Amino acid sequence: MAAFFNQRNVIALLVLFSVAFPFITQNEYFLHIMTLSFIWMIGVYGLNLLAGYTGYLSLAHAGFFAIGAYSLGLLTVKAQMNFWLAFVLACLITSVVGLFVGLIALRTKEHFFAIYTLCVGYIIYLVIDKWESLTEGVRGLIGIPAPSNIGPIAFDNALSIYYLVLTILLLVILVVYRIVHSLNGRTYLAIRNSEDLAQTIGISTMKNKLTVFVLSTFFAGLAGALYASFVRFIGPDIGSTAITFDLLTYLLVGGIGTLSGPIVGTIIIVWVSQQLQFLQDYRMLIFGPVLTLLIIFYPRGIVGGVVDWRHKYQEKKNRKLSVNSLVKPEKQVKEG
Amino acid sequence: MEILIQQLFNGLTIGSVYSLVALGLTLVYGILHIPNFAHGALYMLGGYITLTMMTSAGLHYWLAIFVSILVVGLTGVLLERLVFHPLRHAPPIHDKIAAIGILLFLEAFAQFVWGADYQSMPTPYDKVINLFGITFTSQRLLIIVSAIAVMILLYLFLKKTFIGSTIIAMAQNREGANLVGINTNKVAMLTFMISGALAAIACSLAAPINLVFPGMGHLVILKAFVIIILGGMGSIPGAIVGGYILGFSESLGATYVSNDYKDIIAFVLLVIILSVKPTGLFAKEGR
Amino acid sequence: MFLETKNLTKQFGGLRAVNSVDFSIEEGKINAIIGPNGAGKSTFFNLISGFHRPTSGQVIFKGKDITTLPSNKIAELGVARTFQTTNLFEQSTVLDNVIVGHRLRTKSNLLDAILRTKRLKAEEKQCKDKAIEVLDFVGLTHVAHKQAAGISQEEKKRVAFALALATDPEIVFLDEPAAGVNPDETEGLAVLMQKMAEKGITVCLIEHKMSMIMKLADKIMVLNYGEKIAEGTPEQIKNNEAVIKAYLGGSAIA
Repeated sequence: MAAFFNQRNVIALLVLFSVAFPFITQNEYFLHIMTLSFIWMIGVYGLNLLAGYTGYLSLAHAGFFAIGAYSLGLLTVKAQMNFWLAFVLACLITSVVGLFVGLIALRTKEHFFAIYTLCVGYIIYLVIDKWESLTEGVRGLIGIPAPSNIGPIAFDNALSIYYLVLTILLLVILVVYRIVHSLNGRTYLAIRNSEDLAQTIGISTMKNKLTVFVLSTFFAGLAGALYASFVRFIGPDIGSTAITFDLLTYLLVGGIGTLSGPIVGTIIIVWVSQQLQFLQDYRMLIFGPVLTLLIIFYPRGIVGGVVDWRHKYQEKKNRKLSVNSLVKPEKQVKEG
Repeated sequence: MEILIQQLFNGLTIGSVYSLVALGLTLVYGILHIPNFAHGALYMLGGYITLTMMTSAGLHYWLAIFVSILVVGLTGVLLERLVFHPLRHAPPIHDKIAAIGILLFLEAFAQFVWGADYQSMPTPYDKVINLFGITFTSQRLLIIVSAIAVMILLYLFLKKTFIGSTIIAMAQNREGANLVGINTNKVAMLTFMISGALAAIACSLAAPINLVFPGMGHLVILKAFVIIILGGMGSIPGAIVGGYILGFSESLGATYVSNDYKDIIAFVLLVIILSVKPTGLFAKEGR
Repeated sequence: MFLETKNLTKQFGGLRAVNSVDFSIEEGKINAIIGPNGAGKSTFFNLISGFHRPTSGQVIFKGKDITTLPSNKIAELGVARTFQTTNLFEQSTVLDNVIVGHRLRTKSNLLDAILRTKRLKAEEKQCKDKAIEVLDFVGLTHVAHKQAAGISQEEKKRVAFALALATDPEIVFLDEPAAGVNPDETEGLAVLMQKMAEKGITVCLIEHKMSMIMKLADKIMVLNYGEKIAEGTPEQIKNNEAVIKAYLGGSAIA
């Protein structure tokens, strides 16, 4: 039973479900919510790569999300640029800003890094809010175009955009999966585990952290650009710390430093929020304490909790086995 | 010239508030090495409680502040017991996330109880005073005087009383303090109590010249972080001096640079400091 | 000279933790640094391995000045070290913990990882083979697939050795390798250090267990208050006036 819930099966099931989802429900609104969840997931994966695998908690990610969204918005609305060119540029612009921020931010550690990025996030938000001649300030940016056709494929209805976002999300997951399960992923974990130790075994911690940071902001920018073209309207609020905290909540509930955590956390929170519509602005009355309790009792979220439980289960089984014969545990449970 | 004096006076007013908030933050950091992201929410809570005590319970301003100090101080103690104490051996990322959870809860709580509207706090000290060509309400004068009085009291408490000196001892060396028989749990709770009280005082003083709303703690806490990095994390004089430096730079910046971007000054300052010295100003070199 | 320090000095505020130390390490031998608590031994290690910049003086490895190199570059040159306590990643297996030790000898980058290139696959195998090899060398093959959280203190020490060896070092600096393990296990670790030296890896260690040092070391340096007070063979050190005085007059041997 436990063996069935391994990484591959869970992901395959989720993929199957998300591909079939539009056929299960004909409800446009549900489709809208699902697409939005996928977009958040991309951002959460960005945050996870950084906070989960190198241990650096960035509180500036809503800022990078907003940079991606505004870059796309401004390039298409004000510069009248081709959509896909603007889309690529939006991701690149975000990464370049990420590179410069990372160069300085990553010289700081722990609390300083968190505070520093929190301030960077706030600067980004304030600049968007106040630079009215460029961003239209609090009025927001309207009339952002939907993705333009790719060959014969048009993105003129909710269903096609759903599949576009899903495709990009799957690509992101594939990329993250491959990174995490490679020498690079081990390197990042070594850094999270102990930077001093990583440095003594010859790892250039700065170079690796910077790579992850830039990649992480790239994902945030990608999510932002998708958001802008999906919602078609953006305001400075998408860069506020509230969004960073939302992303963080999704990540923590799902499981920080786990591969499937961002999916699980985002889906659960977004759908629970839908059910708690009447709470709307007060949903943090529930999610705030949930965040705090999780970090005290289940610091690795739902997925981490399941993995730990499976470890225990596996070990029990192994112990039983090794009583009879001296076999090596042949299969180890992989990190969730 | 008159504008300059007026702005310097304003800087002194906001600087006083900043110093009080930063003091609470730096005390907790010094003792427990927790960057308490929820400190801004405690500040906000302090404002609402004073306001409610005045409007609903009809208490006098000072009495209302007293109630607020008690409630927020106890909230601080509760947080230490229920959240930060269990996390004291956890990786550093955990206490930050826990604090963010508290912050989100307290803000939603305030919105739930008091609504999202901006509210103004009445004060018995709204007389306008004209002095040396500058104009101000007596509330502003009250802020400066009370803040300085609180700082002096805090100083005397820390330096002259036994219990105060245990706080200093523990800030300098936690293990050492434990060895010489200081009850570190008690000191931690006390520190959170003082920290909460300072936040409540700061907000109750500042609220009549600002407005009360659920998100009022956001900017204040961020700026307080900038201040304690400026003044050295855990340093008490650093928090006070840093608070006033920021207060002055903001009021002058608003007049002579740009009113729109005055809130950015603090963050730009921080970005510059950490770019040059990643461990903050006045950091001790480790071995 | 293989590795030597010239006038190495480190000042922390008003305190001279290491004061003008000249020391040369002999190739292929077991070198030891001893001294009372707070004598500056760990700081000396930190200076050589690039964790701290010395206030003045030089570190020279095989004729190359490595004084100002960052620690990861020093590791690349073949200088490895262990810490008094090794923070293993407890949720991973021992093998997984050691694999990353050979990362510095590989070149694959992020793009290799995303595209799963041949180079990445080859290098992943290379790292795994190396890890298996060094775990075998330190005698931990039987716990390779155990979670790091579940192994003994002595096994953790051996994992730290393995991690250092996985970097393909020419010299390893061991910071109190036998602290916190019982006498029998200490003996086993001493044997392991001799095995390293026999394999041609130069060893330099800090240790408090005097009996072990006297048996094991080829050369000893004694530090006291940051200064070198003696240097020589175990026999010479035992009879050195300054050393006896330092240990009897100052803090006792810990």
